[in-house]
Amino acid sequence: MATANDRAQAKAGAGLNDDIGEAKRLEMYRTQVVIREAEQRAFDLFLQNLVKGTSHLSLGQEAVAAGFAGAMQKGDLSFCTYRGHAHTLARGVSVEKVLGELMQRDNGLMRGKGGSMHLTSVEHGVMGSYAIIGAHLPIACGAAWRAQYKGHKDVSVCFFGDGTTNIGAFHEALNFAAVWKLPVVFVCENNLYMEYTPIADVTAVPQPAADRASAYGLERIVIDGNDADVVYRTAQEAYTKARSNGGPSLIECLTYRHSGHSRADPAKYRPEGELEHWKSRDPIRIYRERLLQFGVPEKTIAGIDTEVRKIVDDATEACKAAPPPSVDLITTDVYADGGWAWRN
Amino acid sequence: MAELTYRDAVIRGIAQEMERDPDVVFIGEDVGKAGGVFKATVGLYDQFGPLRVRDTPISEQAILGAAMGAAMTGLKPIAEIMFSDFFAVCFDYIANEFPKSRYMSNGQVKCPLVVRTGNGGGSRFGAQHSQSVENWCMMIPGLKVVAPSNPTDVIGLLAASVRDPNPVIFLEHKSLYPTKGEVRDGEIVDTLGTAKIVRPGKDATILALALMVPRALEAAKKLKAEYGIDCEVVDVRSLVPLDTQTILGSVAKTHRLFTVEENPRLCGWGAEIMSIVADEAFYDLDGPPVRITTPHIPLPAADTLEDIVLPSPQRIAETVRRSLNS
Repeated sequence: MATANDRAQAKAGAGLNDDIGEAKRLEMYRTQVVIREAEQRAFDLFLQNLVKGTSHLSLGQEAVAAGFAGAMQKGDLSFCTYRGHAHTLARGVSVEKVLGELMQRDNGLMRGKGGSMHLTSVEHGVMGSYAIIGAHLPIACGAAWRAQYKGHKDVSVCFFGDGTTNIGAFHEALNFAAVWKLPVVFVCENNLYMEYTPIADVTAVPQPAADRASAYGLERIVIDGNDADVVYRTAQEAYTKARSNGGPSLIECLTYRHSGHSRADPAKYRPEGELEHWKSRDPIRIYRERLLQFGVPEKTIAGIDTEVRKIVDDATEACKAAPPPSVDLITTDVYADGGWAWRN
Repeated sequence: MAELTYRDAVIRGIAQEMERDPDVVFIGEDVGKAGGVFKATVGLYDQFGPLRVRDTPISEQAILGAAMGAAMTGLKPIAEIMFSDFFAVCFDYIANEFPKSRYMSNGQVKCPLVVRTGNGGGSRFGAQHSQSVENWCMMIPGLKVVAPSNPTDVIGLLAASVRDPNPVIFLEHKSLYPTKGEVRDGEIVDTLGTAKIVRPGKDATILALALMVPRALEAAKKLKAEYGIDCEVVDVRSLVPLDTQTILGSVAKTHRLFTVEENPRLCGWGAEIMSIVADEAFYDLDGPPVRITTPHIPLPAADTLEDIVLPSPQRIAETVRRSLNS
């Protein structure tokens, strides 16, 4: 049986104007560079103590975000984890809004009320970043249930890490989505480590997501999460299935985070050579080579790199200049009337 | 007018709102074809069909998470958690997700939903199916918490909860399901955050919630008949928002305050009200305010034991009498 990976790769080879095409490829390359540059900048800003609280970077995992977002239509919904900067940027939220939130400034995406782990931009379809492991899988089911009930054609896409596959809500949500045949796509970013512990040390099966799929009557799907083309094609297939009342999909993307779990983690638990191995499979490097191989001029690629770097530089300066959030915000939006009154 | 049970009032309340608004949907375990384990949703599946009244697996996290996702994107879900004790297995949604999404997103995310649940003791079910968990919910900013004591309030407060744009925890009392009351015909819509003086009096204020309301009323009747003590009984109805004006007004009139709480002693809602009264109406009081609660224990199953630990009309009356005489 052909795997999803095989199916995705089989479509390759027609050159730049294949099913993905030049414009989409340049868009996905740019998305990956935006994520890379913004995340790297976030890390640098930690070191200057300008990013406060915690932060969880997606350095090395850019292709998953670019591929899934690249295949989405307007109106599709993203549900992310605390490692959600990448997915938020991939839906088109500005670098300044994201860095502003990380720096807890008034120009942040939620004006400093949510912080790094809760990036949300409803207008971009980013329905929240959830910091309690597993919480958003059932929530994504609910959004998909609304689509099904109302006859809407949008897909709810739920991103989570390998560690999530061992919590109850993962299993509740998969069963629920399968039984109700919901238009939801579950995306596991398997970066080999839950936090500090290798996922393999604490999981009964080799592929923490895909090897659970059969329990819910779903296809076992494991793909190369560092190749944006593979990710894009797999996403397309899952979205098409969801939109045509075919029910949910569970996709495990093999990838790797280049940095630690969070700002507090230097990732010293990694065996020697592992990081170097995965850096040789850096998604941006893979994609740059793909573009060159398809005849995209080096100048075009360099132009994207330069443009993005300027955006990130400008965003950084804007955030540094931005004031802290207004103290008025402390008591706003606890309740729907905009306030916080719990008594008369 | 018609005489209706509390149980049938739940059915009528849900039906009233589902008839009004096609975006109101209802999910839970055994709520559809089976009509609910407490028979409080009988007929809704037949009336509204399997797309609007939908049975779920035993997956409380999936139930509440799905309700939230649907609420965020345009539906007005009513989700049932069969026993309120089960809040403990899906508390992430109650404590972390529903009430914080609007705040953390700086107002972008909405969460208009109702969680209905069977709360409270008296059914001899033991410590994991009998708790009064209203305090678990009251302490969380962002939630509204409602607990009706009679059939008319069930309909009116349920309607208000469904129409409210916030997450509302709606606590139905299991021991009240078979109780009856006169209910007027036509649409009934009440207001959240309003307490109700259900028996006016001048000597002491007794605050009560849900099952404790009829017990407080019975105690008041006994106190009047046997000792001439004239108690005002206030049905708190809504813990959040809390109608402190009605409560403070009653204390200003009677100068004595008692709370009757089914919850175990520590951190009960009565303690919060006592602190408000101490802070804002201390000089209205002519004597110490007194909390009547279940002792700080898990609930025993045996009927003889459960009857001792839950506040009874006799214990309420005796506590009030002794306190007023001392």
